[in-house]
Amino acid sequence: MTTPLRPPPKKNPERRTLSPTIPPQARSRAAMGLTAAAAEGRFAMQVCGECGAVLYPARDACNKCLSVELSWQDVDPRGELLAETTVRTSTNLYFRERAPWRAGTVRLDAGPIIICHIHGDVPPRARVVMTNRLDRAGQGVLLAMPETPAPDMEDDPQLRAMTSDPKLRRVLIVDGRSDNAPAIAKALHKAGATTIFVGEAEGWRPNPHRAALQAVPGVQVLPLDVTDSASIRELAGEIGGKVDILINNARFIRPGGVLARGDTAFAQQEFDVNVMGLMRLAQAFGPGMCARTADGVNSAVAWVNILSAYALVNMPEFGSFAASQAAALSLGQSLRGEFRDSGLRVMHVFVGPTEDDWHQPLPPPKVAPGSLANDLVKGLQAGLEDVYCGDVAKELVARFRAGPKVLEREMTMGGRS
Amino acid sequence: MPTPASPTTRSRPRQSYEGVALVAPASVPYQRYSTQTAHWWIARALRMALDAAGLRSGDLDGLSMASFTLFPDTAVGLTQHLGLSPRWLDHIPMGGAAGIVALRRAARAVQSGDADIVACVAGDTNHIDSFRQLLSSFSRFQADAAYPYGYGGPNANFALLTDRYMHEYGATREDFGRIAVSQRDNALRNPNALMKKPLSLQQYLDARPIADPIALFDCVMPCAGAEAFLVMTVDEAERRNLPYATLEAAIERHNANPDDPIQLRGGWTVDADQLYQMADCTPQDIDLLQTYDDYPVISMMQIEDLGFCAKGKAAQFVRDHDLTIDGDFPHNTSGGQLSAGQAGAAGGFLGLVEAIRQVTGTAGPTQVPGARRAMVSGFGMINYDRGLCSGAAILKGNGP
Repeated sequence: MTTPLRPPPKKNPERRTLSPTIPPQARSRAAMGLTAAAAEGRFAMQVCGECGAVLYPARDACNKCLSVELSWQDVDPRGELLAETTVRTSTNLYFRERAPWRAGTVRLDAGPIIICHIHGDVPPRARVVMTNRLDRAGQGVLLAMPETPAPDMEDDPQLRAMTSDPKLRRVLIVDGRSDNAPAIAKALHKAGATTIFVGEAEGWRPNPHRAALQAVPGVQVLPLDVTDSASIRELAGEIGGKVDILINNARFIRPGGVLARGDTAFAQQEFDVNVMGLMRLAQAFGPGMCARTADGVNSAVAWVNILSAYALVNMPEFGSFAASQAAALSLGQSLRGEFRDSGLRVMHVFVGPTEDDWHQPLPPPKVAPGSLANDLVKGLQAGLEDVYCGDVAKELVARFRAGPKVLEREMTMGGRS
Repeated sequence: MPTPASPTTRSRPRQSYEGVALVAPASVPYQRYSTQTAHWWIARALRMALDAAGLRSGDLDGLSMASFTLFPDTAVGLTQHLGLSPRWLDHIPMGGAAGIVALRRAARAVQSGDADIVACVAGDTNHIDSFRQLLSSFSRFQADAAYPYGYGGPNANFALLTDRYMHEYGATREDFGRIAVSQRDNALRNPNALMKKPLSLQQYLDARPIADPIALFDCVMPCAGAEAFLVMTVDEAERRNLPYATLEAAIERHNANPDDPIQLRGGWTVDADQLYQMADCTPQDIDLLQTYDDYPVISMMQIEDLGFCAKGKAAQFVRDHDLTIDGDFPHNTSGGQLSAGQAGAAGGFLGLVEAIRQVTGTAGPTQVPGARRAMVSGFGMINYDRGLCSGAAILKGNGP
C-alpha cells in the first residue's frame, strides 16, 4: 500500500534547498526510441521486421536473425516480476539521495527480459503491467506497475519522481482571460493542486471568466501581462519561488496568412504574445523553477505550453498565427535543452481548432475547454512531454509522421482537395 | 535446466596443451587507493615475474595484457611505454575471465612457436572516484538499460540473480556467508590481502545492506593491484630450473544460455564435460578450486556448473564442506577477491596466479598440502543482466 502524500510543512528558509540532480542520461541512439515513445506515454519495444522477435535492450541488429530491419512498435505490456532488489546505496547522486530504490527483472509476455523500476504496490514475483515513462533526465525508462490499481498509487515515490502530478503542487495559469482558464483551474483543483495562481492582464477591463475562476478553491487572481516585462518580473518576484507548474495558455490569434492582411500589426501581436511572451515568462520564472526541482513534495516539475497543432505544419487560413506557433514550439524545444540539467519538464499540449470566436468559421470537430483541461492534467499526471489533444491534432500528427511533405501539400490546397 | 545441444558436443577432439609451462606467478601487493597509474602497476608485475624467472624484458617476445584503467592506451601503446618489442601481442578486455582467456591464447602461441616467452599481465589502478567513472562507461547495454534503474552498479545486477537463485534453490544468506567467512580465514594467512580482520558469520549476516539481498560482505572491495605470470615451453622452464605448472585443459564460452530469463548458470555448463575429458580427470581429482568470487552466488554457480555438486545443491555443498586452506575442499586460498581485494582486471588473474603457486608448491603461508591439481575458473563482464564470459582451466604441478 502506498502511503498517501501529506501536504509538506512550511518551508524553512534557513535550510538549504536540495540542488537538482538527474539520473544517468547517457543512451545510445537506438535506445532513445524508448524515450520517443515515453514522451507520449506509449509502451513500445523494438520489433524485428524479418523474424518478428521483440527485442530489448535496444539494438542495431536482431539477436535472433541478424536483420537490421528493426522498428519501435507498441507491444503487450504485461509480464512477470522474476527477481527484485532494493538499491540502498549508489555512486550516482540522484539515486543516492532517493534511496532505497526498488528495481527488478521482468519477463515480458512478449519475450524480452527487462530490468526496470518497480512500483511499491507490486508484490514479489507478481504479474505486472509495464509502463514507459520519462525520468527526470527526460529519458525513457520502464516502470512495472501493479496489475490492478491500488489506492493512492500515484503517490508512490518512484512513480512521482517520473510524473508532473499536480497533486499538492502550486500552479500558475498565465492567462485568466483565456476561454480555457476556468476549465484548467477546475481540473487542477480536482487533481489536488493546492494553490492555483491565475494571471490577468489589464485588470481594469472586465474579465468574463473571473467569477468562474474565483469559484475554484485555491485560485488567486494576480496581475500578469506577458507583453510587459516589468509585470512578469514583478509577479515572479512575488510568487516565483512557489510555482511548481507553469501553464502558458496566453495566446493571440487572428485569421489570415500574409496576403489577407494589409500590414504586420496582427503578426506583431501574435509574435509578441505567443513567442516573446513565452521568452519573457521563461526568463523570469525559469531559473527559479530550475533551482527547485528537488524541493520535496511540492518541487517544481513542469512547464506547459499550449500550442496549436498547426505549429507542426502551417495552415494558411491562420497562416501568420501558425507561424508564431511554430516559433513557440521551437522555443519550447530550446527550453527543454536549457532546463535539462534541472529535470524540469517542458510539456507541449498540441490542440486542434478550439471552440472559440476566432475558430467560428471552421467546421467541427473542435476542442472544448473541458477536454483541453482534461488532457493537460492527464498529461501532467503521466509525466508526458507531448500531448495531442482532440481528433484534429491526433490526425494531424499521424499525417505529419507519415510524410511531412505530403501533409504540407494537402494543407496548402485549402478546400480544393 | 537441460543443457542445450551446443557446437562443442559435435566438435573435433581438441589438441592438448602439452609442452606448455606456466611459471613465475607474480602478485604486486594491492592498495585500496593508489595515486599511480595502471601503467605503473603493470610494469611492477611484469618486472616481478621477469625477476622471478631470471629474465630481462628483452627476453620476452609475447605480451598479453588486461586492464580497465589503461585508457587511452591499449596493449600497443604499452609496448612502447615499457620498451617491449613482442612478435605476439594480445589485449583481453574480459574482466574476470581475462586470466583464463589470456592463458589459453598464450599457451597456443607458445605451443605453435609464434612466441617463445609470453608475459600475461593484468593490472589496474584505483583512484578516488575511478570506480564510479569505470561504471559509467562500462557497456552500451548497461548505460541504456541497467544504470538508469537505481544505478546500483554490479551490486544491483548480482542482487537480482542472487534473489532469484535463493528463490529457486532455497539457498540462504548463511550459505553465502559460509563462503565469505572461509575466504576471510584464508585471507588472514595471505600477507598481501587487504582484509586483515577476522569475519564471523554473525558479522556477515549483520552487515549493512547494499542492494537486497546483497550486503556489505557479499561485495568485493575495488582496489589497485596487478598480477602476472609467464608462459613458455616446458623445455625452457626446465632449462632455467623454474618450478612450473602444466595446462591440462581449458575452456571458455561467451553469452552462453542466452534464453535463460535470469542467469542461474554460466557457460561452464556447456563445456565442463570437455574440460574433464581433456584433463582426463573428474571433480574428485581436483585438489583445490579457485572460483571467480565477485559475489558468493557466483562461486556457488561455479561449484555446481563445474560438476562438484548437482545444480542448485551448492548451498548444501558449502554446508557439508570446509572451504578453508586446511579444509576438505580448499577454495579461493588467497582469500579471493572478497577478502584480498578486487584490483580490476587483475581480479581475473588472482585465482590463476595463486593456483600456479599452489601446484608448484610456492604458495607459502596459503599452501594447501599435497596440491597437485588445481581448477581455476573465470567469469566476467556484466553487460546488461548477466555476466557474459566464462572460462575454466585445470593446472597440474609437482606440488609442495
